[in-house]
Amino acid sequence: MTVDASGHAGAAGKAGGASLEFRGVTKRYDSGVGAPGAVNDLSFQVPAGTICVLVGPSGCGKTTSLKMVNRLIEPSAGEILLDGVNVQSQPVTALRRRIGYVIQQVGLFPHLTIGRNVAVVPGLEGWSSQRQRARTQELLGLVGLDPRRYENRYPNQLSGGERQRVGVARALAADPPLMLMDEPFAAVDPIVRERLQDEFLRLQRELAKTILFVTHDIDEAIKMGDLIAVMQEGGRLAQFGPPDEILAHPSSEFVARFVGEDRGLKRLSLRTVADLRVEKMGRPVGLPRFTPGTKLRDALAILLVADTRGGIALDEGGRPRGLVTVDAIASSLTDDPPARVGA
Amino acid sequence: MQIVAATIQWLADPAHWQGSNGIPLRLGEHVALSGLSLLLAALVAMPLGLWIGHTGRFSWLVVSSANAWRALPSFAVIGLLVPFTTLLDPNLGFILYPTLIAMIVLAGPPLLVNSYQGVAGVDRDLVEAARGMGMSERQILFDLEMPIALPVLATGLRSAAVQVIATATLGATFGFGGLGHYIVLGDANQDNGELFGGVVLVAALALGTLAMFVLLERRLASPGLAPRTAG
Repeated sequence: MTVDASGHAGAAGKAGGASLEFRGVTKRYDSGVGAPGAVNDLSFQVPAGTICVLVGPSGCGKTTSLKMVNRLIEPSAGEILLDGVNVQSQPVTALRRRIGYVIQQVGLFPHLTIGRNVAVVPGLEGWSSQRQRARTQELLGLVGLDPRRYENRYPNQLSGGERQRVGVARALAADPPLMLMDEPFAAVDPIVRERLQDEFLRLQRELAKTILFVTHDIDEAIKMGDLIAVMQEGGRLAQFGPPDEILAHPSSEFVARFVGEDRGLKRLSLRTVADLRVEKMGRPVGLPRFTPGTKLRDALAILLVADTRGGIALDEGGRPRGLVTVDAIASSLTDDPPARVGA
Repeated sequence: MQIVAATIQWLADPAHWQGSNGIPLRLGEHVALSGLSLLLAALVAMPLGLWIGHTGRFSWLVVSSANAWRALPSFAVIGLLVPFTTLLDPNLGFILYPTLIAMIVLAGPPLLVNSYQGVAGVDRDLVEAARGMGMSERQILFDLEMPIALPVLATGLRSAAVQVIATATLGATFGFGGLGHYIVLGDANQDNGELFGGVVLVAALALGTLAMFVLLERRLASPGLAPRTAG
């Protein structure tokens, strides 16, 4: 895993993604200044291979911003650069075929089988049917759906979670360097959503796509984002940075309110027991034990409930490494930002 | 019961199944002219309806044509056309053109309305997903909207076909031929067997046409379009 300039571990540098840049992007609507969905002078950069989450209240222009990348909406001013090239200078259908697109409603074609749905873009690109089929089977396997069971089914025979997996597979089909995901996990129940998020992050660690991800849910933004763009009403960028920085130093009253009073606790969910400086211990008996991947937020909750002065941090091999205390967890928030927590 | 017996007797008479006034020839006339009208109407109305449905432009045209269609009595349309078509040709302008034109005109609106509704009814999120994936407008119409709209398009063709068959029957009053000829002749000759024989044949043709379109739709429509719950 590499660490980018922000001190944030991402997959930057791998070949999977393209860099994305918004430069003074503005979208005005006839209904006037501050119209819902309008975007005002938006500028930020997403390094190749990272996930950037656009988050904000409804009407803040986050979906508009996303759709200006694949030109479903054209900006009134400014430019969007994909690998340094203005998206508006490229033929629109060719551009879109190089950008994966996942939406909340999934949008699977009801009259096509799952296999043919996944192969839509490869089909448009003129791949041989043999190559399409091989790719489809590979992708269905990748998103956790057995190709033999699912390939010949129709979308109306699948559950919401299964359909959303197919939606992700379809967006990945032609191996696009950029993915646009518009509230992709919002329509499924919380348990399925969490599983889809975890699986997607695991997938992303291999694929290292550049991803622009829209959500209204700050917790999802913190979990999914290497970078977060907090947007506010009027389509203005309120703050841009890694999740830990936004939680630790909200740049305005609006951002502080939006990320919530519990932003300290949220920061703990970005850290694991492995990041913690542990204290030496004597001979602990009957204390809770934490694997290195345990999030500090969960460790804290367990300690508070267990009413003990500490727990045992285990190393990768399951051997005790030292003592985890409430104080140590609290003081970790003053440390440098941690390496990114993956799923 | 007398009518039933007379009808069966008339239909069973081998003499009625041959010659220039025989059932096969009249049926052929009826089917050929209905098919021709349906084809011509479909060539104009369906592309127009599909285009309006895809773009959303001029949808008021669809609404007003649907309303006009419901208000139009077929027989009056034929009668109103006669004074004009006879100017073109005194003979064919009476027996052929008015009915043929009425058939085409009356088949148009159901084709137009269903083509429009079928395409306009396709989920807009789906269309935007397709566009976002890089499908051209043409590909969206042909590879997404039309296959999904197919059951609705088939319904439009079905009602237009029945409309055309019915109008052709009325045209017999003007000497149009077809199966309506027996009804007109049977009525004039007070021959119930012939009159109701004609009625039975027209009904059978209409029902057969319906069945054919239903089968065609079942064959062509994707099984993914059938309503089903997730399993």
